[in-house]
Amino acid sequence: MKKLLFLAVFMLATAVTYAGGYRVSLQGQRALAMGHTGVAVVNNAELGFFNPAGLVYLENRLNVSAGGFGVLADIAYQNEQTGDVARVNSSVGTPFYLYASYKVTDWLTAGLSVYTPYGSGVEWEDDWAGSHLVNNIDLAAIYIQPILSLKLNEYFSVGGGPIYVTGSVNFNKNLNRTLSDIEGNRSEVTVDASGVTNWGWSASAMFSPTDNMRIGFNYRSEIILEAEGGDADFENIPNSPATPFADTKFNAELPLPAELAVGFSYEFCDKWLFAFDYNQTFWSVYESLDIDFANPAIPDSQNARMYEDASTYRFGLQYEANDMFSLRAGYYFDESPVQEGYFAPETPRNDSNNFTGGFSVNVNEHLAIDASFLYIRFKEVDASYDFYFENGQAVPFSGTYKSSAFVPGLGITYKL
Amino acid sequence: MKNYIKYLPFLALGVISCEPEFDTPIDEAGFYSNGEADFSNYVALGNSLTAGYADGALYLTGQENSYPNIMAQQFAKVQETQLFTQPLVNDNAGGLLLAGTQITSNRRVLAFGPDGAPAPRVYTGMQPTTDITNVLSGSFGNMGVPGAKSFHLITPNYGDVSGVPVGSANPYFVRFASSPSTTVLADAAAQNPTFFSIFIGNNDLLSYASSGGTGVDQTGNFDPTTYGSNDLTDPMVFASAYSTIVNTMVGTGADGALVNLADVTSLPFFTTVPNNALVLDAATAANLTGFFQAVAGIFAQGAIQQGVDPAVAQGLAAQYALTFNEGPNRFLIDVPVSQTNPLGFRQMTADELLVLTIDQTALAQGYGSVVLTPEVLQVLGLLQTGGQPTQAQAQLVLGAVSGLDDKDALDKDELTAISTAQANYNATIKALAQANGLAFVDAQAVFKQVATQGVPFDGGVLTTAFVTGGFFSLDGVHPTPRGYAYLANIVLDAINTTYNSTVPKVNIGAYKTITLSNEVQ
Repeated sequence: MKKLLFLAVFMLATAVTYAGGYRVSLQGQRALAMGHTGVAVVNNAELGFFNPAGLVYLENRLNVSAGGFGVLADIAYQNEQTGDVARVNSSVGTPFYLYASYKVTDWLTAGLSVYTPYGSGVEWEDDWAGSHLVNNIDLAAIYIQPILSLKLNEYFSVGGGPIYVTGSVNFNKNLNRTLSDIEGNRSEVTVDASGVTNWGWSASAMFSPTDNMRIGFNYRSEIILEAEGGDADFENIPNSPATPFADTKFNAELPLPAELAVGFSYEFCDKWLFAFDYNQTFWSVYESLDIDFANPAIPDSQNARMYEDASTYRFGLQYEANDMFSLRAGYYFDESPVQEGYFAPETPRNDSNNFTGGFSVNVNEHLAIDASFLYIRFKEVDASYDFYFENGQAVPFSGTYKSSAFVPGLGITYKL
Repeated sequence: MKNYIKYLPFLALGVISCEPEFDTPIDEAGFYSNGEADFSNYVALGNSLTAGYADGALYLTGQENSYPNIMAQQFAKVQETQLFTQPLVNDNAGGLLLAGTQITSNRRVLAFGPDGAPAPRVYTGMQPTTDITNVLSGSFGNMGVPGAKSFHLITPNYGDVSGVPVGSANPYFVRFASSPSTTVLADAAAQNPTFFSIFIGNNDLLSYASSGGTGVDQTGNFDPTTYGSNDLTDPMVFASAYSTIVNTMVGTGADGALVNLADVTSLPFFTTVPNNALVLDAATAANLTGFFQAVAGIFAQGAIQQGVDPAVAQGLAAQYALTFNEGPNRFLIDVPVSQTNPLGFRQMTADELLVLTIDQTALAQGYGSVVLTPEVLQVLGLLQTGGQPTQAQAQLVLGAVSGLDDKDALDKDELTAISTAQANYNATIKALAQANGLAFVDAQAVFKQVATQGVPFDGGVLTTAFVTGGFFSLDGVHPTPRGYAYLANIVLDAINTTYNSTVPKVNIGAYKTITLSNEVQ
């Protein structure tokens, strides 16, 4: 267990994941295969993320689910006026999850969940056309959450628990569009903070009015990652009193927004299960990415974001072909939190259509292998970021973006 | 089952190898059009402006931002092109060596003094390492040779190192001439270009202009081998050389663009120091006015003593009774001693220009007006009380007048000579462009627009203001990368219009202007 966690953390450290906003909806193979629905699905320990209240309905005493994903994402940028073209290095990241639950009594289940709901990795070519906004960013957050799930009666259960978050961020951008040292190397800054921690919580409920229908509700609180005393490393600064950019410390806040999920599931024809989830992510907390440098001679970096709350509509279907195989498919529509004029290439996200599929293979009565895939298709979009300033004048960065991502995942479900 | 699963990631990789594709990808053939031109093998002919010279030197990042290099990168977005090659120097210090001895200065950078005031200074942070005796091999798309005049491009032995010390060869061309005896034009034509640009003739005007007109206006002298380096080229010599260059390049079957020559009044080298920068308080102005009344009086008296008719003497003396006012006043300029101006100085007129390199410290100490020493003031006091100065005292007063040297100013005759030659050159360029169906770039109009109105871009307004305007580098003559990018855009405009091509232009806001460094001595 400890070894697995270590391995997972290590993988995350090198992960470059694709994410819109920076929410990474990859919290379970079975859920993802069904359009990442799950707030009203009682299937396996993935409930430890989707709806802790449902854990108490799992039949086995011990339930464990673990897995990871490879993220193969591509972002392309072009500007017809100038002929500039950029493609983000295709990269493989590994978001992961680990859920365990233990039925203490018929009406009480305890659990532990470890998952990575936020993260981002975009690595543009250094000094590309938008390098004054971002060269590369790597954001990771691990949620660790002890859980209690309580059955109040035959129809109704509640669950939840405190969340401990540890996160890291590494962000590099050029200082502006033109500043460089005598050799022509562009002046840049890297801000790096790791081991940033904070607490939050989640609470959930599940209502099962009939044998084949469930209704779920889950709320996960907002958690602000407050990076204090991170390292700001300035490179390629001209040797001039007019550019006093020396390495210093910085403070910054990055919000991991609250999320609300409601949904229902319905079993029909014995082998079929339909699920629908509605998610609201409260992105409006993300107004600005402000980096306060400790050195007073260095102007602070203020980057307006003005995200809006965003909705996601998820649909999933499961078919239990036989004792060995379960097949799943799903679709979700993911609304972008980014307003017009705030399209920053650090999280180049517009509305997306998402197609999912997957299956489980029961190796024996205890162990199942779960596989899933996700294909994210973004519409081509002409967008701009209008809140970068030079000498007090707004200098929009615009172009056409087109993104796609393919995310294969593999995991196991163990029950005893 | 397990065997099957382990291949899943590879299956996934196979699926994802189809990267996101735009509806109309601009990096696919056919999005931009080369029209009737073929940009596959581009050769640029010219001088320092073509080479990417800036800040008083040729250095690496300047070359990277030369307008031909910027244009070539845009051409490469339109069609398959050969790699555009440049005779790159070794470093970003600028400055050339000849067998280990430095023969041209390092670049300039903007340095801040102890008082916080910025000023262009020569960069001394590293030694120059480009020795012209290291001759580069291969051919170069950028054939820009700093310092070259029109006729130099067809002058044999212009790249012969042995001619450098005596000034018959060019150290920049020595570095990449295919042989010591070749010409710039021959090396350009030998590359069988499909497209060319010619931007030559600036130095035919500028060497004369930036020397303050100390050279000779050679109009009427058709033998350029007799010209000094600061002379103004005869328009016929220019036309002959220019048409040889154009005809040779057109003869290779290539299309191209010709760029005409900008006014010297568009260059901060001539417009930064105003000719009325003599700013006086009321007392000093009154002092100076009194001084020149004394000068006029002494002159008249001396002339009369030498037997000049008093009326004539008074008439001649009147020109020296200059009045000065509180605030800005025009400088004095030395002129040849003549019958009508026996003392050989006068005040500058409105349109006359000063060069950027004029000694500011000297100006502050009376250069361009009067060096008022205590001795001179003593004589003035004597005059004011009606005293009679001795011969020596009178000479002391006359000698205190310190008119600007010819090298520091362009007077109206010199400006007329320059603009006459320029008009002739530009008429030749336009006629040759029309006769050969080549793209014609009216750089004269474009530079004028930058100088008078400025050009708005996404980060501000591009102007020719020295240091701050963004267009010109710290030598006041050559553009910054942003200025060169703008030049590239206007050349591309002309090409697109002439050849029905759609070569995309660059965003000049993404190109840098001046370089900061305090690594100066």
